[in-house]
Amino acid sequence: MSLLGENFMTEEGEFVINMGPQHPSTHGVLHLKVWLDGETIKKVQPHLGYIHRSIEKMSERLSYRNFIYATSRMDYLSAHINNQACALAVEKGLQVEVPARAQAIRVLLAELTRLQSHQLWWGCTGLDLGAVTPFFYAFREREAIMEIFEETCGARLTQNFCVPGGVMYDVNPNFQKRVKDVMQQIKSKYREYEEILTGNVIFENRTKGVGYLSKEDAISFGVTGPTARASGISCDIRKWFPYDGYEKLDFEEVVMEGGDCYTRYMARIEEMKQSVHIIEQMIDNLPEGDIQGKTKNVIKLPKGEFYQKVETARGELGVYIVSDGAASPYRIKYRSPNFSNLSALETMSVGTKIGDLVAIMATIDLVIPDIDR
Amino acid sequence: MFLKDYFGTIFKSIKSLLTGMRKTGYYFTHPKEILTEEYPDNRATLKMFDRFKGEVTMPHNENNEHRCTGCQACEIACPNGTIKIITKQEIKEDGKKKKAIEAFVYHLELCTLCNNCITSCPSDAIVMAQTYEHSVYDKTQLKKILNKPGSKIMEGVE
Amino acid sequence: MNQLLEISFSSLASSIHSWLSSAIANATILNVVEMAIAGVCLLVFLVPLCFVLGYMERKVAAFMQLRLGPNRVGPKGTLQIVADTVKLIFKEGLTPNASDKFLFNLAPIIVVVVSMLVMAPIAFAKNFQLWDLNIGVLYVTSISSIAVIGILMAGWSSYNKYSLLGAMRSGAQIVSYELSVGLSIISIVIMTGSLKISDIVMSQADGWWIFKGHLPIFISFVIFVIASTAEINRAPFDLSEAEQELTGGFHTEYSGMKFAMFLLAEYINLFVVSAMAATLFLGGWMPFHIGHWEAFNHIMDFIPSSLWFLGKTFAIIFIIMQFRWTFPRLRVDQLLNLEWKYLLPISMVNIILVTIMAIMGWYL
Repeated sequence: MSLLGENFMTEEGEFVINMGPQHPSTHGVLHLKVWLDGETIKKVQPHLGYIHRSIEKMSERLSYRNFIYATSRMDYLSAHINNQACALAVEKGLQVEVPARAQAIRVLLAELTRLQSHQLWWGCTGLDLGAVTPFFYAFREREAIMEIFEETCGARLTQNFCVPGGVMYDVNPNFQKRVKDVMQQIKSKYREYEEILTGNVIFENRTKGVGYLSKEDAISFGVTGPTARASGISCDIRKWFPYDGYEKLDFEEVVMEGGDCYTRYMARIEEMKQSVHIIEQMIDNLPEGDIQGKTKNVIKLPKGEFYQKVETARGELGVYIVSDGAASPYRIKYRSPNFSNLSALETMSVGTKIGDLVAIMATIDLVIPDIDR
Repeated sequence: MFLKDYFGTIFKSIKSLLTGMRKTGYYFTHPKEILTEEYPDNRATLKMFDRFKGEVTMPHNENNEHRCTGCQACEIACPNGTIKIITKQEIKEDGKKKKAIEAFVYHLELCTLCNNCITSCPSDAIVMAQTYEHSVYDKTQLKKILNKPGSKIMEGVE
Repeated sequence: MNQLLEISFSSLASSIHSWLSSAIANATILNVVEMAIAGVCLLVFLVPLCFVLGYMERKVAAFMQLRLGPNRVGPKGTLQIVADTVKLIFKEGLTPNASDKFLFNLAPIIVVVVSMLVMAPIAFAKNFQLWDLNIGVLYVTSISSIAVIGILMAGWSSYNKYSLLGAMRSGAQIVSYELSVGLSIISIVIMTGSLKISDIVMSQADGWWIFKGHLPIFISFVIFVIASTAEINRAPFDLSEAEQELTGGFHTEYSGMKFAMFLLAEYINLFVVSAMAATLFLGGWMPFHIGHWEAFNHIMDFIPSSLWFLGKTFAIIFIIMQFRWTFPRLRVDQLLNLEWKYLLPISMVNIILVTIMAIMGWYL
């Protein structure tokens, strides 16, 4: 037993510390119980449930028009993509045709959402590794994207712009010009990101070869999104199961071999470039036409089960609706990307140092409310 | 060979560190790049976008008339029970009974600003206002009655 | 004019002493009064110094991060740090229940006292030095390494695992980086042949060491700045308080005035380290002279020596602050790698070069 008292160490001389639920680097109320041998991590155990709001249960008493808004609060950084997934699932049940313009607007906003989410992640990665300044540079570009959302959707974070059958409004008249300006701005700042963080020798040392996740492990844990694609798995829903007209777009799926923190970091940076590419090819070719398909005022889905998956900024989000023919779903289940990604944390971090655990969590890009829902 | 690698690493490292310092040094010497908005001071010039969702309001015209028929479509469309409409029966000149609103109760503290009530309103009686300062000392102050006292429905709105 | 500005410290002290001894007969009381005067003078100098450094740090950080920084309290926000201090004074100083209360309260005092002690031999201006002892450099290096005891004490007595981890990291870090700091100081001592700080400053009358020492001295200057940034636990070497990893490290459990003392010590250490770098490598209070440009040298002489000293010191403080707001933090094993695999071997080879230079007289 140690001098410091009985509860300070385990029998094996391991040191148990609780990271979270209030900890600067867990980005929310994630609680990690960490067993340490000196600075080396022996075991990590995530404890969940601090921000469980029972969004699935709540959705069962809301109508099909209303339950969409609640999903903005799951992965709040991909709020629009969550809404899109729900709208798509309802449309699948209704067999309603979504007009081309509505699809294009949805995809544009979804890619902007992905871009702003990755911007925030880039800033937070720097912050977690101890560099405070990149956070502010990332927010400068993110703020420009947020203004696009504010102008068109009326809200910055929880846009609630998707409705079953289309989108709520047409885009703002300034939309195209503003988006083009922001894309120019973001493209000109990539070099700056490289100078301040990517090329920095301390950053490279902190991330290269740290938190290795093998292809097999990634598959068995159900890891998706950029985290999985950095381990060499091709799993982009936009490519494999296209929705809302992604099949007509020209973009590359970013698949990288490596599986360490640095590869995950580079995969996300590349994804940002692909998102900019998608937005640039769409912004001048917005199709004309309606913005909403024909839906009844009170939506009733036919009896049956409907599943729709989309690619959020963090991975694969699945919406599974069981309908008994009533005006609200009988049962809803969300397959959230962060829950699966978190489960791979222990595999990645055993044998590394405490500082690496922070780097690994930063590069998985966890959003805690999405884990608990 | 070993020495070459050793010093190569050192030079590369120092170069990468200096690149980063040049960037922060650039921003230090260029105060024009500062983006801070001094919020409470710029209230006069701060203008929200037209679509900004601040709170639900009910516009009245100069005769203190609104467009709300009391159909409760917004109450049904609201996911959180933010809106409560209390109706009354009004007897018109020709003796017919007509539904009218007594009070349009709006709980801003429950509202998630999802815009569903606005899109569901058949008579465009409610709109989103571009206000953004909602903080109060007591949450009961956020319970609002949107129709003004003594107001009545506009002619011709069914 | 120049003479007026540069009042000799020793003459000032001796005149105060003679005036006091004529007023107070008892030798013991005289000593106590003199000590009290010295203590008050130190506080009067150090507290505003920390205010200036705190304000500077916030402004430097803000400008690098596209922000404005403090600008509400007082003109341009200059009184912000005063307001913060007042807040910290009124805050409750919590002591954890299971902590070792004596050590817990002693630790911040040790840290502050040590950093104040190191101020003694620094030459602030021409003839203005508190204590010009003949082993000044040795005194600075040895006293400043006592600070680690305070940090270890704080981490151990807090009864917090984060604090303990932070303190252990700090121990390993300071003990290692002492070596590089020592070796780069030795390179100057070899060139000067004296440990006395006034001698070191005087030896740079005809050119600062960083110019006349060629590459080897420049390398030891770089190593000195890096290693002393590590020694005072500032980012990117702030592993002992690593906010993102250890939530605050050794001072996790401290609040109120005890926390403020750690902050005070950090800023004093920052000043001391920069002042040492300025004294050893940049000529202390010596003005900048170029060879035979008599007119230019004369203009340079006209600038008060205290301004020269503070200007050099603050330039180095700015660089150390820029380190903090640019770089990510190192990992604990990489921190030790940097010291033992890079800084220490290089400074050892460097010492040989400096010694050859000193023997052959290749400087100037």
